[in-house]
Amino acid sequence: MDSALAVHRLHFAFTVTFHYLFPQLTMGLALLIVILKTIALRTGNPAYDQSARFWVKIFAINFAVGVVTGIPMEFQFGTNWARFSKDAGGVIGQTLAMEGVFSFFLESTFLGLFVYGEKHLSPKMHWVTAFLVFLGSWLSGFFIIATDAWMQHPTGYKVGAHDRILLDSFWGLVLNPWVFWQYLHNMLAAVVTASFVMASVGAYYQLVGKFSEHARIFLRTGVVAGAIAVVAMLFPTGDGQGRMLANHQPVTLAPMEGLFDTSEGAPIAILGQPDTDAMKLDNPLLVPGALSFLTYRRWGAEVRGLKSFPRDLWPDNIPLLYYSYHIMVGIGTLLIALMLLSIWSLWRGRLYESRPLLWALLLALPFPYIATTAGWMTAELGRQPWLIYGLMRTAAGFSPLVSAANALFTLIGFMGLYLVLGILFLFLIHQEIERGPQPAIAPAPGVPSPGVAA
Amino acid sequence: MIAAVWFWLVAIMIAGYVVLDGFDLGAGIVHLFIARTDRERRQILASIGPVWDGNEVWLIAGGGTLYFAFPALYAAAFSGFYLALMMVLWLLILRGISIELRNHIESALWWPFWDVVFGASSALLAILFGTALGNVVRGVPLDANGFFFLPLWTNFRPGPEPGIVDWFTLIAGAAAFVALAMHGCSWVVYRTEGDLQQRARAWGAKTWWAVLASTALITFFSFRLQPHLEAQFAAHPWGYVFPLLGLLGLAGTRVFSARLRDTAAFLCSCLYLVGMLTSAAFGVFPYVLPSNVASQGGLTIFNASAANYGLYVGLAWWIPGMLLAAGYSIFVYRRLPAKVNE
Repeated sequence: MDSALAVHRLHFAFTVTFHYLFPQLTMGLALLIVILKTIALRTGNPAYDQSARFWVKIFAINFAVGVVTGIPMEFQFGTNWARFSKDAGGVIGQTLAMEGVFSFFLESTFLGLFVYGEKHLSPKMHWVTAFLVFLGSWLSGFFIIATDAWMQHPTGYKVGAHDRILLDSFWGLVLNPWVFWQYLHNMLAAVVTASFVMASVGAYYQLVGKFSEHARIFLRTGVVAGAIAVVAMLFPTGDGQGRMLANHQPVTLAPMEGLFDTSEGAPIAILGQPDTDAMKLDNPLLVPGALSFLTYRRWGAEVRGLKSFPRDLWPDNIPLLYYSYHIMVGIGTLLIALMLLSIWSLWRGRLYESRPLLWALLLALPFPYIATTAGWMTAELGRQPWLIYGLMRTAAGFSPLVSAANALFTLIGFMGLYLVLGILFLFLIHQEIERGPQPAIAPAPGVPSPGVAA
Repeated sequence: MIAAVWFWLVAIMIAGYVVLDGFDLGAGIVHLFIARTDRERRQILASIGPVWDGNEVWLIAGGGTLYFAFPALYAAAFSGFYLALMMVLWLLILRGISIELRNHIESALWWPFWDVVFGASSALLAILFGTALGNVVRGVPLDANGFFFLPLWTNFRPGPEPGIVDWFTLIAGAAAFVALAMHGCSWVVYRTEGDLQQRARAWGAKTWWAVLASTALITFFSFRLQPHLEAQFAAHPWGYVFPLLGLLGLAGTRVFSARLRDTAAFLCSCLYLVGMLTSAAFGVFPYVLPSNVASQGGLTIFNASAANYGLYVGLAWWIPGMLLAAGYSIFVYRRLPAKVNE
C-alpha cells in the first residue's frame, strides 16, 4: 500500500504544480490589467489601452490552460483521495462548491465580454468587465486558500460517528485565522509573478528596441507593482505566516529551518544541507539569534529543535522541505533586491537605458514561478505526515481501491498530456510576444474570435 | 428531508450542465459532418465560443455541490469510476484547448487537426457521460465500506462482475451520443443561417429517429435491469410527469423543427434532456448509487449525505449564489446576436 500512497501523492503534486503555473499569472495579471485600464481611462493615453489589450491576450491563453488543468484538481479529491473526501467532504466541499458558485460563474461570464467585448462596450463598461474578472479570480483564490488553510489548521468542525468530520461552524471555516496571512501572502505572490512577467517583456522589447512606448509602460507598471508586492511578501505577510507556523506547527518550523537541537538564541541557516541520519546541518552558514528574534521577537528566545518532537510527528521528507523553504526565501531575497534596485533606477530616470538592469529583469522571468512553487511545496510538505493537520494522516486518506498501477497509468497520461500542453503554451505565448502590442483593435485578417482565448 | 432537497438541487445542476454543455458538445459531435468549409466551422465555433466555458462551470459547480452535500457518494463514485473519469478529464482538456487554440495560428494543417480533436473529444465525452449514467442506474458492487472499483470492462455483461462498459451502459452511452448530437443540431439551426442551417436541420431530423429508438431501448432495458425503478414509479405515480416531459420534449423537437420554429425546437430538445435525466433521478431515488450486489445496500440520500448543519448552511449561500449565476447567464445569452454573423 505504501507505493499506492506515493503514487497518489505524486499524482496530486504533479497536476497541482503544473496547474498553478497558470492561475498565479492570471490572478496577478487581472489586477495589473485593471490598473492599466484605470490609467487609460484617467489619462486617455491610447498606449495604455494598447498595453492592456496585449496583456489580455496573454491572460486569455493562460486562463484557458488554467481552466483545463484546474478541472482535474477538484475531481482528484474524489478519484485519488476518496477516504479523505468521504470523511471531510462535508467541510471542505463547502469551500470548493462556493468557489464554483461564486467565482467561476462570475469569471466565465465576464471573461468573454472582457476578451472580445471591447468593440461592443463603452470604455467604462469594459473596465467593469475587467474588474469583475479580477474579482472572480481573487475570490476563487480565497476559496482555495480557505480549503488549504483548513487542512493546515482545521477549525469550525467536530468529529461525529465513524470518524466523520462534520461542519460545526460555517464562519469558523471561512474565517479560519490561518486564511488571513496565507491568502495575502499567496495573492501577493501572484502579483509578484505577474509584475516580473510584465517587466520582463518590457525589458525584452526595450533591449531589442521594439515597441518602446509600451515597453516603458510595462517596465514602469511591473516594477512599481512588483516592488510593493515583493516587499510585502516578506513583511508583514511572510512574517505573519511564519509566526502562525511557529504557534501551530512547530514541528514543521524546526526542519524547515534546519534546527535539530532546541536552543536559545537559535540561528537562521542561510545555507547548509540537513543530514537526517546524523541529525545535524552540514556546512552551515548561520545568522546567530535570528530565528529566535523572527519567531518570538527576542534574540535569546528558546526555539524547539526537531529532536524534541516525537518521530511520528515529523514531516516525512525533511531534506525536500528544507530545500523548498530555502529556495523560496533565497529567490525571494534576490527578487526583493532586484525590484528595489529597479525602482530606484526608475525613480532616477535611468531604468529604461540601463542595459544590465534590463538584462536582469529579462532573465528574472522564471524565478517568481520557482519561488511560488517552492513556497507551496514548503506549505504542503510541511503539513506532512498529516492530510488534515492533527486529524487525519495522509496515509489514511487515499482511495482504498485505486491501485498503484491504475494511479501510475493516469499519472503518466497526465504527464504526457501536460508536456504537449506546455509546449503548445510556450509556442503560442512566444508568438504573441513577437507580435507585440497592436496599435488598434484589429484582429489579424480573416481571424474571427470564436473561442474565449482566440 | 434536507438531504432530499439537496438530491434535487444536485439533480438540477447536473441537468443544467447536460442541457448547456450538451449543446456545445453536440455542436462538436456534428460539426465535422454539417460544416463543409472552414468558414462554416468557424461559424459553429463562434456560436459556442462565448458560452462554452460558462457551460462547463456547471460541471465544476455541480461537482462541488455534490461533494459537500453527498461526500460519501463523491468519494465512492469518483474513485470507483476512476479510469473512466480520468479519461473524461483528458477529453475535457483536449476539447478545451481545441476550441481555444484553433484560431491562434493561420495554417491549413493546424485548423483541421484541432477540428478533428474537437469532434472526437466531444463525441467520446457524450458517450462516457451516458455510460456513467448507465452505471448509476445499473448499480455498482459496493463493498462494506461503501467503496468499489470498476475496471473499464470485464465480460460486457451487467452481471455480478460488471465493468464500466457493458452492453447496457453502452446503450446508455449511445443514447447520450445521439441525444446530444440532436441537441447540437438544434443549437446550430437556432444560431446560424443559410446552407449550414439547412444541413444542421437535415441532420437533426435524421438523428431524431435514432433518439426515438435509443430512448425506447434504454427505457426498456433500464426497467428490466433495475427493479427499483418500477417500484418507485408504482409507489409514486405522480413521478410519471418526468418521462412525460421528456416525451413532450422529443415530440416538440420534431414538430417545431418541421415548422421552422427553431427557438421552440431547441427549447424542446432541452426539455427532452431534462425529462430523461429527472426521470432517471426520480427512478433511483432515494438511492444515489444503487448496489448491484444483493447483500449490500446501496448509497442513499440518508447514508451518503453530509450532516444537517452543513446542508442547511449550504442552502443559505447556494440559493443567492445560484440566483446570481442565473442572472449572469441570462445577461450573457441575451447579449448574443440573433444569429452568428461571420
